[in-house]
Amino acid sequence: MSSEPSFLTSRLEEALGWARKFSIFQYPFVTACCGMEYMATACSHYDVDRFGAGLPRFSPRQSDVLFVVGTISHKMAPVLVRIHEQMADPKWVVSFGVCTCTGGFYDNYATVMGIDTIMPVDVYIPGCPPRPEMVLDGLMKLQNKIQDQHMGGKRPAPEQRPPQLEGYEV
Amino acid sequence: MNNSSLIESVTKRFPDGVSASHTYRGDATVVLQLDALLETARFLKEDPAMEMNFLVDVTAVDYSAFGKGSVPAFFSSSGVTVRPSPQIPDPDPWPGPPDKARFAVVYHFYSMAKKHRLRLQVPIEDETSPEVDSLTSLWPGANWLEREVWDMFGIVFRGHPDLKRILMYQEFEGHPLRKDYPVAKRQPLIGPLN
Repeated sequence: MSSEPSFLTSRLEEALGWARKFSIFQYPFVTACCGMEYMATACSHYDVDRFGAGLPRFSPRQSDVLFVVGTISHKMAPVLVRIHEQMADPKWVVSFGVCTCTGGFYDNYATVMGIDTIMPVDVYIPGCPPRPEMVLDGLMKLQNKIQDQHMGGKRPAPEQRPPQLEGYEV
Repeated sequence: MNNSSLIESVTKRFPDGVSASHTYRGDATVVLQLDALLETARFLKEDPAMEMNFLVDVTAVDYSAFGKGSVPAFFSSSGVTVRPSPQIPDPDPWPGPPDKARFAVVYHFYSMAKKHRLRLQVPIEDETSPEVDSLTSLWPGANWLEREVWDMFGIVFRGHPDLKRILMYQEFEGHPLRKDYPVAKRQPLIGPLN
């Protein structure tokens, strides 16, 4: 038996990925001002429905992507983790806004310093708040990631470093 | 009653309990001894000339870092003065923080009927276990306000029916508005993944 997937199953996987990435059922966990930008993205001007992500489901059991939109405090963190655990696989997490990415300008006793300290995150969309274009860019990156996960079952490779940074240590 | 007569009547009623008083920017303040708080508050509420039926706010101040920090760079360059300029005449200057006491609990009272207000300041010198009498027996609304002060400053209110945290979660350690609370201290409730 070779480890190479056969022609038939790889085509099937590709079709599955195609279907999955254009039927994103999102769970908006909106806590703060980034929610305004989320609404702007969802409404008709930017129309997130073009990417198949137009149906927010307000139940974690029915959703694929967790949109964490806005500042997460330590008091709220267990609730967020619980919701993430309640979502059925396959599931993805989008960190929307700089507060969820790193804590943002909050450096105090109350705020979680980035939700990646409490759960795995697939796409980071920084910005305070991010423009709808950035959100759509992040959504397309998430779609690529979903599709890539179906191509050979591998997690996608990290993004290429820009050539200007060649030779610099991270 | 106006500010001066408010201060005068409280001082006359409790000559031993009142340690200082002043008026600053139109608000009267009476500085009280620690053990005189409950009686003074009862007087303010039940005396027909006072009739302070509204406890506006209970808060506290930690003076341990007062005047020791440098002026923030933003204010020094923006032209915003941190202290009022000495050129501006002020007939009633602010007398400054209480001597020796690290904490001070501040009460704001208002009378809906008489339309006058008074501030009580109670300095607490005990740094390790600050305690003060609870006012929940007089104003039921003091319940949550005192819980907030306990949560943020760690000041215990004797006689409070249910003194527990109100803003932070129960597992939180320390009292974050104390000046010796480290700014960068992290309190993981559920812990990082790895």
